[in-house]
Amino acid sequence: MAGIINQTSKTTDGAQTSIVDGKQHILLLPAWLIIGVLLVIPVILMLVYSFLTQDFRGGVIWEFSLEAYDQFFFDRGLFGDEPPSIEWTYIGIFWRSFLQALFAMIFCFLIGFPTAYFIATRAPQSRSFWLFLVTIPYWVNLLIRTVSMKFLIRDNGPINTWLLSGGIIDEPISMINTNFAIQIGLFYSYLPFMVLPIYASIERYNFALSEAAADLYSSRWVTLFKIVIPSVKPGIIAGCILVFIPSLGAFLAPDLLGGAKNFMIGSLVEEQFKGQAGDWPFGAAVSMILLSIIMVILLFYARAQIRQNDGGH
Amino acid sequence: MANTSERIRWYPGFREIALICLVILYAPLIIVMIYSFNNSPSITIWKGFSFVWYEEVFFGPESAKFKQATVNSLIIAVLAAITSTTIATASALAMIRGRRFRGQAMTFGLINLPLMVPEIVTAVATLIFFASIGFDRGILSILLAHIVFCIPFAYLPIAARLQGIANVYEQVARDLYATPGQAFRLVLLPMMLPGILSGFLLAFIISLDDFIITNFVKGAGVETLPTAIFGAIKQGIKPNIMAISTLMLAASFILVSISYFISRIGNHDR
Repeated sequence: MAGIINQTSKTTDGAQTSIVDGKQHILLLPAWLIIGVLLVIPVILMLVYSFLTQDFRGGVIWEFSLEAYDQFFFDRGLFGDEPPSIEWTYIGIFWRSFLQALFAMIFCFLIGFPTAYFIATRAPQSRSFWLFLVTIPYWVNLLIRTVSMKFLIRDNGPINTWLLSGGIIDEPISMINTNFAIQIGLFYSYLPFMVLPIYASIERYNFALSEAAADLYSSRWVTLFKIVIPSVKPGIIAGCILVFIPSLGAFLAPDLLGGAKNFMIGSLVEEQFKGQAGDWPFGAAVSMILLSIIMVILLFYARAQIRQNDGGH
Repeated sequence: MANTSERIRWYPGFREIALICLVILYAPLIIVMIYSFNNSPSITIWKGFSFVWYEEVFFGPESAKFKQATVNSLIIAVLAAITSTTIATASALAMIRGRRFRGQAMTFGLINLPLMVPEIVTAVATLIFFASIGFDRGILSILLAHIVFCIPFAYLPIAARLQGIANVYEQVARDLYATPGQAFRLVLLPMMLPGILSGFLLAFIISLDDFIITNFVKGAGVETLPTAIFGAIKQGIKPNIMAISTLMLAASFILVSISYFISRIGNHDR
């Protein structure tokens, strides 16, 4: 009885009671436990593994070692006794992965922005239909999408067959197993990731601003670059991050389209655990370096967002 | 007036780029779909329409392997989706209906962490974790790994739905002497249902689709559909792979459509 009176008075005070009062921690416990035990602890363990000694049968020996990072950054000759010079192999793989992720992001933006803008300016009915069409490939298995692309650009695949039979080329264009193929694969894999967040931003954009700019004799394109794009910048940045980060750590596109020669970070890591190399500490170190780069990018993103929220409205 | 604003919004070439975007997204999938009906053992030359590769998928020499992989995938996806949706629903209730508490921003970050860590890194970390505690790698290890990355996908639509429901409904139920449990079960839960279903379906698809993490944490001999397909592709693309791909495409399409219509119904009765 006392409880009821107490709660009623709380409600009339305006202090909200809630059906989850006093149970919040119990409700959150499963999420904390599962993600904590199965993601946070494993990442910490991965950091530890990167400082351990390689066991040649796979796995590690529990002995502290800087060997993994040393192998990544320094070349000490075949027998490890020469004075260290910078090892460019792995830095090169990171650099190329970085460039490919960057280009994938740029191409996705060039196609994705106009598409998102076009969809956002449709009438509500056709807008949701367009959105549905763009969303479907987003949920289709990435493996199957990558295989489809492989099928399409093979030496004797449909594209080459059509070009040959149309007399446009005399011999098939060799696209598969090149960096170009990886580039196409990354672009194709993550294109929907660019369209959706930009669309969400443009949908909230107040087009009265564009009309005001036009009334003040601003040209169409000046309005686009000076008014529209700055207004929807958060969506653009979100789209760029959603394309760039998975591209940087991609495995399927380089593995299926790039062939054995064209390594990216993802294939380098996979090699250490599933492939021939079998060097777990090195694989953990490469993953750790990749994770650090991505955390730095996300930190900058978070800081930029906080600054915008403070300065803007 | 409407006409002027139409003209101001319009940019030359944007419609064409949007159409090109759709062509790029769909062309490879549609071509694979067409070639899956090809009546020819070669994947290059078109020899007329037939279901021969679908027969191969269901009754051919590799059918047992793919059937087992499909059963594994479905078991894992159903269990991962149920578990992650339950966890996500509980979390959404505490995050959105509860009072502000210390560590709320961190909890939000934790729930979304699986989206921020690149898949390949999650895969490596999870493999190292299971290996170091001597956890047997098989269906259970795959399931546990899937639950983790399904949680944020289930959480987002559920939280969005819950934010759209004013909290007066539970308040009224409580004022009419419903216990907190009754208020949740009889009032709030039915209203949250579209969000929960939508979250469940997304988690289900995400689990069904995963390749990278599964490939790392699965034991030898245990396959899910994507890892079985990947293994088969390593020996060259055969037409039966295109038939399987088409079937999986159809499954994704149906699930996404259902999720889409559920969320639309949900938005209408709000």
